[in-house]
Amino acid sequence: MRVVLAEDLFLLRDGLVRLLQAHGFEIAAAVETGPELAAALAELDPDVAVVDVRLPPTQTDEGLQCALEARRKRPGLPVLVLSQHVEQLYARELLADGTGGVGYLLKNRVFDAEQFVDAVRRVADGGTAMDPQVIQQLLARRSGDDRPLARLTPREREVLELMAQGRSNAAIAGKLVVTERAIAKHTANIFAKLGLEVSDDDNRRVLAVLAYLDHGR
Amino acid sequence: MTTDTMNGTGRTTGRGIGLAAVRGLALALLSLPGAVLCFCLSLVSIALIPIGVGIVTTPYVLTGVRAFANARRVLAAEWGGVRIPPAYRPLPKDANPWARTFGMLRDPATWRDLRWLPVDMTAGFVTALLPAVLLFYPLEGFAIAAGLWRVLDGADGYWYGFVRVHDQSSAFGAGALALVLLFFAHFLTPRLLGVHFRLTRAVLGGDQRELAERVRVLTETRRDAVDASAAELRRIERDLHDGAQARLVAVGMDLGTIEALLDKDPEQAKKLIAQARASSVEALTELRELVRGIHPPVLAERGLGDAVRALALRLPVATEVSVDLPGRAEAPVESAAYFAVSEVLTNAVKHSGADRIWVDLHRADGMLRATVTDNGKGGAVIGAGSGLAGVERRLGTFDGVLAVSSPAGGPTMVTVEIPCA
Repeated sequence: MRVVLAEDLFLLRDGLVRLLQAHGFEIAAAVETGPELAAALAELDPDVAVVDVRLPPTQTDEGLQCALEARRKRPGLPVLVLSQHVEQLYARELLADGTGGVGYLLKNRVFDAEQFVDAVRRVADGGTAMDPQVIQQLLARRSGDDRPLARLTPREREVLELMAQGRSNAAIAGKLVVTERAIAKHTANIFAKLGLEVSDDDNRRVLAVLAYLDHGR
Repeated sequence: MTTDTMNGTGRTTGRGIGLAAVRGLALALLSLPGAVLCFCLSLVSIALIPIGVGIVTTPYVLTGVRAFANARRVLAAEWGGVRIPPAYRPLPKDANPWARTFGMLRDPATWRDLRWLPVDMTAGFVTALLPAVLLFYPLEGFAIAAGLWRVLDGADGYWYGFVRVHDQSSAFGAGALALVLLFFAHFLTPRLLGVHFRLTRAVLGGDQRELAERVRVLTETRRDAVDASAAELRRIERDLHDGAQARLVAVGMDLGTIEALLDKDPEQAKKLIAQARASSVEALTELRELVRGIHPPVLAERGLGDAVRALALRLPVATEVSVDLPGRAEAPVESAAYFAVSEVLTNAVKHSGADRIWVDLHRADGMLRATVTDNGKGGAVIGAGSGLAGVERRLGTFDGVLAVSSPAGGPTMVTVEIPCA
């Protein structure tokens, strides 16, 4: 699996390269500025891009803009965005096209190598990897005035949170140490309570949940 | 002892009168030709602007006028103790004659100088000359009484004041008049010179009250700004010291213990590694919160509009944000506006009981305006200790203003205005 990596701090870039190589990824390019990233994404056609939001030369959200632009040119191009802080505003922009293949994580999630690599793979496969903090912010914001959310049991809420992060039933079952069938039952209940259409496709299911949390639809 | 002192005082007063008279004479001799010359040159030079010559000469002439006015300011301060602060606008060093000419002509201080010149050559001249006349005219009277009348006596005598001097007795009459004049000079001479300087200040000085008020406001806001930034630094120091710094120490200690345990007790070492990782995550979380309080990352990355949008998304109350900001304002202005809006929003969420908030940001006519409206219960005031008073104080540094409209029963509308270029 070929990765384009954009990160301006040498230590982090170097660490990410080693981490990804150790887990069998091929680094197509490891760049440090926005224009370099735009060129690499256009020319190298990677399987997934791992991108820092803030990049030189502007030190603003150059990385995010490059990623969004590349996805406009090639819809569904898998992009995992890393940042020192997570904002719902950015998450919303990344999810706006509704095609999946999007990740948005805090930089310190790389501390847990297994989970991070799992997130990269998920995104590369067209799935979603939303930072738990984004999901918690969404839930905190909506729980005040949202009756359907208030009707969820604590366990269902926990499942909803993990599902919104982009995890599959199997992964959620593993994390909560229950059977996959139990999770399937929970998700069916959640969808019924929130009035969402049940879908077998994991990815579409995640996007529906995120859209619900973001806009109450 | 007492007598000595009295004599001393008498001598000092005598010298004071003499000094005032000499200074008055010098001022009169300086002001009349100086003011007439400056005034004529200025008029001619400005009149010649339409044919081009004036554009070259005016800056030089006006600089001369300023030098003349400044010399008089110095004299007023040294001789009369009257301070007349200059208030000229600075001119760009490398400006072309055109820019210099019109830069100077646009400066109200230039026109004040030009208004002052005719006053100086008339009333200024008289008030400067009078002290000298009051002292030197009596001296002539004494000289006449002492015998000078013989030299001056003409066909129909010599007029000293209203006394016709033609013999020794009328000369003594002139001497008596001189004595009376000297008596008045004793009181009036220094005062008249003072009148001259005060006249100069009245015409040449700027609007002192307005300036004094501005200085008072600036002093106050500067003190607030310094206080606020010192308090902010203390808070950051404390947060770093008790938070991230302490956690990194813990991580370092854990790593040391892990090193020692690695061979003896791998199980325990693994536990400690997990703990160290958790500590480092917590340190990062604390640093992230701290950074958000110093300068929110979205503000740096996207500017004010998106920073307020991102802030609104974090609020537990549904908040609509509309933004009309062409380009980005200066970083300090953006930051001040962000924290003002942030504080107002926090206030609204905490106290208003509102379930909807509207934020409107726009920039027009050199003003950045933020309006925060909520449908809560109203009754918000800018009182001591309230968050809004703090906002008002911090905005003061930027000449910004805070307006609150919050009738009991709501709605509350808070407007923040900051001048920005």
